[in-house]
Amino acid sequence: MNHYPWWKNLMVVLVVTLGGLLALPNLFGEDPAIQIARDDYQAVADSTITRIRELLEREQIVTRGVFAEDGRALVRFENVETQLKAHDLLKSEFGGGYASALTMAPRTPMWLRAIGLRPMSLGLDLRGGVHFLYEVDVKGTVNQTLQRYESDFKQLLRKEDVRYVRVRHQEDLVEVVLRDQADADIARDLIEDADPELQIIASDDAGNVVLKVSMTEQQIKQRQDFAIEQNITTLRNRVNEIGVAEPVVQRQGLDRIVVQLPGVQDSTRAKKVLGATATLEFRLVDQEGDPYQAKRTGRVPLNAILLENRQGQPVLLRRDTIVTGDQLTDASSGFSEGSAVVKVRLDAKGARKMLETTKRNLDKPMGVVFIEKKREMVERDGEQVEVDVTERTVINVATIRGVFSSTFQIEGLTPFESRDLALLLRAGSLAAPIYIVEERTIGPSLGQANIDQGFSAVTAGFLVVVFFMAIYYKAFGLIANLALMMNVVLLVALLSLLQASLTLPGIAGIVLTVGMAVDANVLIFERIREELRDGNTPQAAIHAGYDKAFSSIADANVTTLIASVVLFAFGTGPIKGFAVTLSLGIITSMFTAIVGTRSVVNLVFGRRKLKSLAI
Amino acid sequence: MELIKETHINFMGLRKGAFILSVLLIVLSIGSIATRGLNFGIDFTGGVLLEVGYPQAADLPAVRDQLANAGIERAQVQNFGTSRDVMIRIMPDETQNNADVGEKIMAILHDATPGVELRRVEFVGPQVGEELTEQGSLAMLFALIMIGGYVWARFQWKLSAGALAALTHDVIITLGFFAVTQIAFDLSVLAAVLAVIGYSLNDTIVVYDRIRENFRGIRNGEPVEIMDISLNQMLARTLMTSGTTLLVLSALFFLGGEAIRPFSVALLVGIFVGTYSSIYVASALALELKLTLADLMPPKKEDLVDDMP
Repeated sequence: MNHYPWWKNLMVVLVVTLGGLLALPNLFGEDPAIQIARDDYQAVADSTITRIRELLEREQIVTRGVFAEDGRALVRFENVETQLKAHDLLKSEFGGGYASALTMAPRTPMWLRAIGLRPMSLGLDLRGGVHFLYEVDVKGTVNQTLQRYESDFKQLLRKEDVRYVRVRHQEDLVEVVLRDQADADIARDLIEDADPELQIIASDDAGNVVLKVSMTEQQIKQRQDFAIEQNITTLRNRVNEIGVAEPVVQRQGLDRIVVQLPGVQDSTRAKKVLGATATLEFRLVDQEGDPYQAKRTGRVPLNAILLENRQGQPVLLRRDTIVTGDQLTDASSGFSEGSAVVKVRLDAKGARKMLETTKRNLDKPMGVVFIEKKREMVERDGEQVEVDVTERTVINVATIRGVFSSTFQIEGLTPFESRDLALLLRAGSLAAPIYIVEERTIGPSLGQANIDQGFSAVTAGFLVVVFFMAIYYKAFGLIANLALMMNVVLLVALLSLLQASLTLPGIAGIVLTVGMAVDANVLIFERIREELRDGNTPQAAIHAGYDKAFSSIADANVTTLIASVVLFAFGTGPIKGFAVTLSLGIITSMFTAIVGTRSVVNLVFGRRKLKSLAI
Repeated sequence: MELIKETHINFMGLRKGAFILSVLLIVLSIGSIATRGLNFGIDFTGGVLLEVGYPQAADLPAVRDQLANAGIERAQVQNFGTSRDVMIRIMPDETQNNADVGEKIMAILHDATPGVELRRVEFVGPQVGEELTEQGSLAMLFALIMIGGYVWARFQWKLSAGALAALTHDVIITLGFFAVTQIAFDLSVLAAVLAVIGYSLNDTIVVYDRIRENFRGIRNGEPVEIMDISLNQMLARTLMTSGTTLLVLSALFFLGGEAIRPFSVALLVGIFVGTYSSIYVASALALELKLTLADLMPPKKEDLVDDMP
């Protein structure tokens, strides 16, 4: 009795070896490093890596090597000072087309990396960085779409020579007002042709026919999903502009996006680049009205909007936009005839419209409108409420000198402004405005302190438990301690394998697991003692102890597992980390405390006559 | 070493006194939660929280003045851990321009003391806070229901009722402790309370398992006697396991840093109370419900659901 079949022992050995191997990469620490990637996601060429190496050698900057990794160049350094020095150098040398980011590269040996083993990934609260939770203004996207319909319908009707009284976007629909039923029928056909899915409801209003055009639920949902997806893509591009290694940009729930930037310290800059929902619009200048008079009287001509330029002077622009921000495909800053310009490229649709407009409006002025969206708190009826603020500024008014379509340039900016504008435009305009609803910035010193404190708590807790078990259960206590150690190794192995972020509450979960993992062994050992007291032989006592304690152990662990699964389902961020380590810890501890200790106990005590047990 | 050999403590004899103690603690807890309320962290209330480090001991009144002069009033300014670490918290109605307040405050502090270092900024929008509160309550309810269901399926109803009463008892007293002490109740504390739910039951179930076994084994014993025998048999295990867990949690409390301290407190209190309640709430209640041998006899063979194909 008390003998395990060979395959069970083999299983224990295999699990332990595999666990040890998976946990191994965590032992090597990290190097400060710089990661250089190409903007267009292409792999960095070997010649570039050689160039980096030569450049650093020439400047006598000591490195731990320059490597190609996952299509990116990775330069490792001895310390942070040389890392920063090299970063300045590399940044100036590899400006356009490359993005360089400061990072920490694990010092895992080549052979481990070759088989795909990596250390645990640390959560933001341990490595420092910023976390943003954005809310996408999905209502705004619907408004934007309706706005576009308004302008499209007008154009359609004009093209077919249908005279309309009014086409205007109102709340969640576009109202098209026509003089008679005949016109309304044509208009209805035109609109249905343009988008057959739109809902059109006709009604009578003082002799005019009113068509109320609205989007279906499904269209709205589609539009919103699309907006969120597009925003995620845009945010990813912007994150690349900032230069961050291992960023996280993910959708969360219905209308939220999580952005995590490990290692980023300057949250202000990150926020500016990420959150700016800046976009451009091109409109013709309304030359019929007098902007100063409009400003004074507050009466704006029907088909115009009143804006201000950056000097605060009023400008009247046509209500219809020529091209909006989502039709921009590329932007770059440069110089033309000695002054800074932003070169803009449009998509096919935008180019067509631009061509038509410029052809018909030669020598007329066109305005470039810069649009920035923010959310501000204001007091309303004694309460603080959040309101959406859209700021539109005319950054430039220029006369159309020639016909152009897909490419043209914007002048009248300082070199700085043109660079920022190009960056913003290049990183894509956001399909819908986004607002920060949660922000967490963790400084690097706090991250390191969290690691140190967490580590010392785990160590101290571990040692205390080990000490108690050893004096309380003697030889069996030592075996339980072995199991406890394996439990921690297996837990680390699983966390490394799953690449689930280890957070501070996650470390707390490990500490708690260490405390609770011995429970199974305590139950077994107490049972063995009881069996011995009842006069059973040592071998029978061992057997009965493991046997009878099993159902209690299983029941007790299942309930804790349920609690941690609930935690995982409802928790966010760090709490999820706690749930993950706790539930993994329960599973690994069941294995090590029952199967693991039994196999050692059997090897040590099994198959021989025992007079007494050291328990 | 065997500290606890065979004990014969008359646990159930003390159950009247324990009952009064439990009721008192629960009344005190509920009263405190109702009157003082929990000191919710910004995870739940929304707002801005900054943790900054000063080169020397921070002058808190001066920091308050600096903020007040810049128009940021009613900011909570307090030490966080050491005298050099300061935590500043602003409730959401004070946030004029939400996420940017953190930077504004940092600029003000930096002007006054150039060496000040930013450790952490958290901004939680009011709507996120509301959602987290809702999710948190849901999570707690859900955990109770799921675990209750499991115990229901696994044990006789009198025992399940005892287990659920013990759980509720533990959760209320842990929350009550946070209401009395006004320790910050943040997301991690909520996680700890949920872990307490799991842990408290762990203890109860182990005791129940033994009660069930003894009821079946010692057929002619009085229920009170059998309960006492079971509890005495499990005493060593209960103390050892709770002991090691409380020890590691103390390590976490003392060494884990300020941020994790409320979390450790919740677990320390919860596990302490949970150990007590598995004896005096869970078992005693089952006894009061007249738990008998008949309740615990294994089901007859034909009652078993055969799920084999």
